[in-house]
Amino acid sequence: MSLLEVNALRVRLRGPDGPVEAVRGVSFSLDRGQTMGLVGESGCGKSMTALALLGLLPEGGLLHGSVRFEGRELTQLSDRELCRLRGNRIAMVFQEPMTALNPLHSIGRQIAEPLCLHRGLSSEAARGVAGELLHRVGMPDARARLDAYPHQLSGGQRQRALIAMALACEPDLLIADEPTTALDVTIQAQILELIVDLVHERGMALILISHDLGVIAETVERVAVMYAGRIVEMGPVATVFGRLAHPYSRGLFAAIPRIGGGRSGGGRGRLAAIPGRVPDLAALPTGCAFADRCGHAQPVCRLAEPPPLAVGPEHWAACGRLDAVLASDG
Amino acid sequence: MSSPAALAGRGVLRRALRHPSFASGGALTLLLVGVAALSLAWTPHSAYLIQVRQRLLPPSGLHWLGTDTLGRDVLSMLMVGAQNSIMVGVVAVSIGLTAGVALGLLAAARRGWVEEAVMRLADFGFAFPAILLAILFTAVFGPSAVNAIIAIGIFNVPVFARIGRAAANVVWAREFVLAARAAGKGRLRITLEHVLPNILPILVVQATIQFAIAILAEAALSYLGLGTQPPNPSWGRMLNEAQTMIFTAPLLAVFPGIAIALSVLGLNLMGDGLRDLVDPRLARAR
Repeated sequence: MSLLEVNALRVRLRGPDGPVEAVRGVSFSLDRGQTMGLVGESGCGKSMTALALLGLLPEGGLLHGSVRFEGRELTQLSDRELCRLRGNRIAMVFQEPMTALNPLHSIGRQIAEPLCLHRGLSSEAARGVAGELLHRVGMPDARARLDAYPHQLSGGQRQRALIAMALACEPDLLIADEPTTALDVTIQAQILELIVDLVHERGMALILISHDLGVIAETVERVAVMYAGRIVEMGPVATVFGRLAHPYSRGLFAAIPRIGGGRSGGGRGRLAAIPGRVPDLAALPTGCAFADRCGHAQPVCRLAEPPPLAVGPEHWAACGRLDAVLASDG
Repeated sequence: MSSPAALAGRGVLRRALRHPSFASGGALTLLLVGVAALSLAWTPHSAYLIQVRQRLLPPSGLHWLGTDTLGRDVLSMLMVGAQNSIMVGVVAVSIGLTAGVALGLLAAARRGWVEEAVMRLADFGFAFPAILLAILFTAVFGPSAVNAIIAIGIFNVPVFARIGRAAANVVWAREFVLAARAAGKGRLRITLEHVLPNILPILVVQATIQFAIAILAEAALSYLGLGTQPPNPSWGRMLNEAQTMIFTAPLLAVFPGIAIALSVLGLNLMGDGLRDLVDPRLARAR
């Protein structure tokens, strides 16, 4: 039994023009000590998948499918039972360290709170642990910073405080939603390194959400590429990046700017972009959602959703023209 | 109280005192409170003593603001009336604040049909003319200061329910609330620990303004004879009694009028100033 088993997860949100399918049948499983990355454009359903795992859908959101955590079906739990899991067994680090901390409370109090809430620690004991945690996440002068307010810290320091908060109860699963997107590149590397170290040190499972392929490649063992609410390609990082199979993954990879040319055409070539736009989730075409932007698309692609096809060991892609795409490498 | 202003640094008090409307409004409000406090211990004459032979005296060294139709000292009546106004304001705003904010927070925390129900109830309260509500209330339960206060308090409930819900909804959409939910906190805890402290400044500003409105409403009700009953002095009733004498002794109407106007002006200026101090973006936008 895996720590986390997600099966055919669907999320339907209330949009301005009727329901929107933000997540359309996502399945994966994760064990303790394993790390996985979710990668894709804005609005592809990465964050919504993460929030759905915690039962934190926005107002009017509907959830279908199954999320099993240690064999327990989370979608069946009451709000009270979910509250006992959140921040305790499953913790989350958010994208914006500037806004994810309450400006009115000291960070010491905010880190200590989950300990009081889930572990029943006294506030003094929790404060002691909070000090240790801040020290562990590399906050300079940790004990003195317990009484600091969020506005007195830099972005990197705030993200460290948020990570300390998420780690307080030693969760089994850590979900990090774009934890470094709002940070300087130099700080980014430090924070990622910290997260990876902590995951190995405590044997947690990690789901890292990012739109940055570089971050994913350096941080996790397994990657899932999401497009329009579905996982279109999944596999071990080395295998997937060694042989990208889905046309969307390839487009995403080609769109990374590289210093000193090496882009399509070489030299001062234009940055490769995926033509077209992300389809409107409220009015998805039948068949493959990527067909309209895909160079390999054939009429058959528009008939039905392509099933996942094996590319290599543990590596699959949901593309109906997989053979042609792989053959196009020459 | 942990308002952002209190956290912004030590310069807050200095900044507040330099703010023209907050400083002048605060001074007027302080004057009102000071006069009311003083009247508890001392008034130049008794505010209740009727001396018909000394009726309608103009201002003099003995009676600084003159006497009314029953020979009572106007200054003393105004001073005791200030107590009345403050009491009405404090109690009525407290009723509205407690019940209204509780409803607004509930609406924001539960959303769905609870929110709909609370807001339609608030709409109903708004649509009903306040004075009519008060007249209705006193007609049923009899005219008295207490009933006037309750009626004004009820009128305040939808105001605070609406503003509480709107402000709370903004806080609920903030990422730190999502982070708090992801940390396993329930709705009640989040409401008390995260939402309420963050909307407190807005509520304080609104409470100041509602305080001024409550003073006006009480004066209006007393003027109509539905509020404070004789012999307790009230600014509204002083206006009412001065009405028949408006051509022989116009000053009798002027003094309570000035008292009401200055109190309301002071509270409104203070509310405006507070709003600027709490939300500097609004101040710059002007």
